[in-house]
Amino acid sequence: MNTHDLTLASLPAGESAYVLRIESEGAMLRRFTDIGLVPGTRVRCEYAAPSGDPRAYLIHGAVIAVRARDAREVILSKTI
Amino acid sequence: MAAEYIKSGAADVTVVVCDAACLERNLILALQIMNASDSVILCLNIIDEAKKKGVDIDVFRLSELLCVPVVACSAGYGRGLEALMNEAARRASGGGFVPPLKVPVSPGASFEEEAAAYVNAAERIARECVKRGADTSRDRRADRMLASRVPGYPIMALFLILILWITITGANVPSELLSSLFSALGEHLHALSRAAALPEMLSGALIDGVYRVLTWVVAVMLPPMAIFFPLFALLEDLGYLPRIAFCLDSVFRRACACGKQSLTMCMGFGCNAVGVSGCRIIDSERERLIAMITNSFVPCNGRFPSLIAIITMFFAGSAVTGGTLVPALILAGVILLGVLLTLLVSRLLSVTCLRGVPSSFILELPPYRMPRVGRVIMESLKDRIIFVLGRAASVAAPAGLVIWLLANVCVGDKSLFLHCAAFLDPFARLCGLDGVILIAFILGFPANEIVFPLIVMGYMASGSVCAIESLSGVRELLLANGWSVSTAICTLLFTLVHWPCSTTLLTIKKESGSPGWTALSMLVPAACGFVLCFAAANIMRLFGL
Repeated sequence: MNTHDLTLASLPAGESAYVLRIESEGAMLRRFTDIGLVPGTRVRCEYAAPSGDPRAYLIHGAVIAVRARDAREVILSKTI
Repeated sequence: MAAEYIKSGAADVTVVVCDAACLERNLILALQIMNASDSVILCLNIIDEAKKKGVDIDVFRLSELLCVPVVACSAGYGRGLEALMNEAARRASGGGFVPPLKVPVSPGASFEEEAAAYVNAAERIARECVKRGADTSRDRRADRMLASRVPGYPIMALFLILILWITITGANVPSELLSSLFSALGEHLHALSRAAALPEMLSGALIDGVYRVLTWVVAVMLPPMAIFFPLFALLEDLGYLPRIAFCLDSVFRRACACGKQSLTMCMGFGCNAVGVSGCRIIDSERERLIAMITNSFVPCNGRFPSLIAIITMFFAGSAVTGGTLVPALILAGVILLGVLLTLLVSRLLSVTCLRGVPSSFILELPPYRMPRVGRVIMESLKDRIIFVLGRAASVAAPAGLVIWLLANVCVGDKSLFLHCAAFLDPFARLCGLDGVILIAFILGFPANEIVFPLIVMGYMASGSVCAIESLSGVRELLLANGWSVSTAICTLLFTLVHWPCSTTLLTIKKESGSPGWTALSMLVPAACGFVLCFAAANIMRLFGL
């Protein structure tokens, strides 16, 4: 992963982007696909917990909280 | 498991229940099920609330695209269920069969490609059928407020204190009322048994043993539980609890545990055994074990009223005239102490026998909904009454009998109960308790509800009989038996932190499948309790309390 890449963890609150690829493996990848997070999915960062982590994202109309450590493995792109 | 059942074709018809306000997300699962099963009905649930949020779904078009019947309903209010059952019956008898839409998945597709195919199809269908999505701006505004440092955390604390305050204030009157009612009834029973010339032994065992413990459990346990749980259920119905897990996740992460642990702790308020079963929602096995071992640090249904009773008796000025805000604050403090211990022990376990780093955390924050006040209160009330009465009958009554026998069968000059109490006394005094209190906790192993009545009975058996019509009567009895503020504090602490009850341990054994973890779940809180009481007792001794 390139450190300059936009990831789910670095997506500013209130902004949207599309999933480019997911670098997680195994159970974590499974959990991401369970909530419908696959390449091409549009996500928006809604808000962060008081400590800044986890943050809540709008994915397919549902609000889902993800920890930064896991969100870093979801690479995003501003365009589809 | 569900997936295998659907694939087996054993079901005549599969009803897929979708949240109407969040159709796109739910369609993903629906499409997967439709690929596995031919006979599917889609149920658009909570349609009323979705409409209130501005959702507009073209149900006809949705049915057309999916090639399955779509029924909109509102299960919580019982609307549309009849139509759903009719449709299911029609389907099961094979009427009007059309094969459902199958999302094409190429045979060699990877797990990821397969998931993407379903997600893309769900997106496409939702785009065509959902004419207007849910207006979530109010939810987001509420979330931004509740999930912030200020006022998020103060609101959380306020909710807790408010619920405890309402519980204590509201429980006082019915509790006293029930106590005096039961006590008067007890007198009648005594008179009746004398009239019937029952042997002293039998009437004593039945009335002073079984009846008294049973009625104590009902009078002291039922009112606070019947107030606390409906209030808590309202918060749950509102959708607030996942927000607590979201806000507190960072604290649990620092303790190397999972934020969902705060949800299992909330379940623990009702019953620790339920909290332990609830730990299944935690994905990582290590974090699940931590949550199970530490669950008993949350005061359950059986201990909560004892805490309230001790606090009201000793720290509220007069139990009757004193304000109820102070007890509520003290109780909130006790609960907070339980939470801190949970975090501390979770952290300690993470660096010792359950080593590891925090794993992933994915939690859905469901939309807020207007709580169905009447319904939620009635259901929760019914649950609690059945729970408390059931426990009273199944545990408190037999325990009352055993304890009465222990307290009245004499060996030498003293009863069995007092022999045991005298044996434990020196050790118990080290921890600021006394022998009677400690043996009550030991005998209370099957159910924490009976600990306090055991203490009362233990003292009454030692000669100083007095009326226990009310809490102030009990207070007199305790003071007469050498209770000080220090004893009250140590009993309070030990009620919060000691070994989990037998039901909880059996559940831990079942869930973890390991005698070792079960033993640890017993030893860790027990050791914490003794250490805490020992420290508290000695500090207070230093200050001359």
